[in-house]
Amino acid sequence: MRMIRDRLVACLLALGLMLAALPANAQSFQEGLEKFTTDSFGDTDDGITAVATSGHAQAGPVILALQEGRLAYDPASKRVFIKTASAVIDAATGQPAASVPADLKTVRLNNRVRRSIEAAIGGLNLLSPDAGKRLAAALAVFKSHEAAALPALNTAIGKEGEARIKRALEEARASVLIFKSDAPETDRLDAISTLRARGDQEALALLAGLPADAPANLKKSAQDAITSIQNNLAIWASVQNAWYGLSLGSVLLLAAIGLAITFGVMGVINMAHGEMVMIGAYVTFAVQETIRTYNPGLFDYSLLMAVPLAFLVSGAIGILIERSVIRFLYGRPLETLLATWGISLILQQAVRTMFGPTNREVGNPSWMSGAFEIGQITITYNRLWIIVFTIAVFVGLLALLRLTPIGLQMRAVTQNRSMASSMGIRTSSVDALTFGLGSGIAGIAGVALSQIDNVSPNLGQGYIIDSFLVVVFGGVGNLWGTLVGALSLGIANKFLEPFAGAVLGKIVILVMIILFIQKRPRGLFALKGRAVEA
Amino acid sequence: MKRWVLAGTDYVYPRTTNKILEAYLLSKGVAKEDIMINYAPFGHSDWQTIVSDIKKFGSAGKKTAVVSTINGDANVPFYKELGNQGVSAKDIPVVAFSVGEEELAGLDTKPLLGHLAAWNYFQSISDPLNKEYIAKWQAFTKNPKRTFNDPMEAHVIGFAMWVKAVEKAKSVDPDKVIDALPGIEAPNLTGGISKMLPNHHITKPVFIGEVRADGQFDVVWKTDGLVAGDAWSKELPGSKDLVGDWVTLKCGNYNTVTKKCGGA
Repeated sequence: MRMIRDRLVACLLALGLMLAALPANAQSFQEGLEKFTTDSFGDTDDGITAVATSGHAQAGPVILALQEGRLAYDPASKRVFIKTASAVIDAATGQPAASVPADLKTVRLNNRVRRSIEAAIGGLNLLSPDAGKRLAAALAVFKSHEAAALPALNTAIGKEGEARIKRALEEARASVLIFKSDAPETDRLDAISTLRARGDQEALALLAGLPADAPANLKKSAQDAITSIQNNLAIWASVQNAWYGLSLGSVLLLAAIGLAITFGVMGVINMAHGEMVMIGAYVTFAVQETIRTYNPGLFDYSLLMAVPLAFLVSGAIGILIERSVIRFLYGRPLETLLATWGISLILQQAVRTMFGPTNREVGNPSWMSGAFEIGQITITYNRLWIIVFTIAVFVGLLALLRLTPIGLQMRAVTQNRSMASSMGIRTSSVDALTFGLGSGIAGIAGVALSQIDNVSPNLGQGYIIDSFLVVVFGGVGNLWGTLVGALSLGIANKFLEPFAGAVLGKIVILVMIILFIQKRPRGLFALKGRAVEA
Repeated sequence: MKRWVLAGTDYVYPRTTNKILEAYLLSKGVAKEDIMINYAPFGHSDWQTIVSDIKKFGSAGKKTAVVSTINGDANVPFYKELGNQGVSAKDIPVVAFSVGEEELAGLDTKPLLGHLAAWNYFQSISDPLNKEYIAKWQAFTKNPKRTFNDPMEAHVIGFAMWVKAVEKAKSVDPDKVIDALPGIEAPNLTGGISKMLPNHHITKPVFIGEVRADGQFDVVWKTDGLVAGDAWSKELPGSKDLVGDWVTLKCGNYNTVTKKCGGA
């Protein structure tokens, strides 16, 4: 297998370099094509080798089509076709097919075949005019570290103008040289320092894999490099934990911030808070479903549309709950707890009846998919955007409470209900609006959580306990307390997880909070409010 | 594959499965430090740390695979995190024991292309009986896209077996039906005939499938024939002496060393 792959890469490189000079071996190309028609992964793999080594002008397009799932065959006549957007091309000739059989079957891929394709294309693309393709090719060679790629790499390094790609090419070259026992020692020492400069997990693996029969000074230099990389990685690991903690903290904050208003400011133990989050997530699903049906082009904006809608839907349901149930239960925390828990079950069941018990698919818009790397840590876009979004929601809520008349009235009612009432504030409608605001914010949180969690009727249950923890820990009635509480819980959790594991980490956090509450029953930041008066 | 990550939800099924798997891998010469076992609570939604650990574990130069016994809802955020952190099936394939067609229906499958699942049935298997049942199910649910999966097939077989056992026992009395069951055969939906064994497990084929873009699986490996279900794992010290036999021994956990019914 390895020999075949070596040969494959070697031949592909040769193909890339001197396509015209190679005599085309039409017979092997034809045999390779036929291998694609047997619907067996082993044959397909052999087919790639045969086609790639044939030197035929159609080899490149055929392999590319195979990778993109556009290569089809007719089981009856054993002919292979390339499907394009506009036409069906006969793979053997490169001309549009005169007659297309009715039941074309696509050539299937598995991981082994995909790896062979990638190695083949990686070799072909080292000298591609497209910078992105050259970079991908360099990375592919770095991964496979095929000795056969060395001449092509040397040519490519000489020609490369872009510094970023040149570095990737040099790293690929280093990955080849370090294993090549007949290479000059100075070259291999250079290779070690190149890998040392790269300084990541992959470089570490390559250095650790240095053959045992390597000269002593080479081994020593590799050992130094390994120590240096490991020290460096240990620092990055803490940075990564801090980032994950920040991300978890922002999710907790987002889930808890609505509760900080209904429970923290109003003193209502709202067990249905999680369901407001869940409804927000289902609104996102409904918006995406509508967009998929009527205008798929707007998909990237689906979340922007879902945010105000989720706020309105959850907020309206919140006001309905407040007017119909909760307002009769003010000052009776136990009844409120039971009643809102009942409401949460009703809402879950209602959603289950309307949307079904299974998870619904909420897609990530393109700007929330994937990741980028800073130093040695990977930052995923969805987590980054959720942090940004949480900050925006937090700042917006603070501004609403500080700067608007309704915010002023809310604070007045919280601090002294009878005085506020005497001043002409309609306290009961302020109550309804405050509860609606808290629920609406929970709905917005649902939009964000739909991007990282599964959208099912049980979504809210997973967050309700954590939300109460955050609010109680941070101090009831204080938004800043909620912020500090959420972030410290998130970061503590993520620093514990690597040592204690996810399960034990959670238990430790819970025990720590219980002990903390014993010491300071009102949380980090105690504030005067109705919760205190009552 | 040289290194293995066994990731699961923290409860009895993954813990037992991983215990068996670990014993099996060790017996096949995999070094202890090349096996990483990781558990997460039910409904875990923050997989950042675990996925980055897997990535780190998998980039140490040896080919790595993940065996996932993660259950239920926690799978969606797990696969999303895998996709977002760029762990592709080409580098670190994940083979799942409890992710099937129904679970994938709630997921954007593009980042999952090529990840694997092991089941006794896949909807994509071409068999006339399978096609017939899928068509019936989709007509019943009035949803032409509704998926069919392994547990559903198990019910099809189980019910067919029960009907035959009732016919044989000429009674619906549970005890008589149970006695009639061993030896009953019923066709499964993948072209074979499953048989009830004396230990109350049945024979089934085992398939490994790869996730396709349309949320279905492509079978990439299958057992030659049907596999007999074991009541007790042969890999673990505590359970390898035990057998279940409800026909001659009338015991679910007969110890072949001490010759006693009642476990280890």
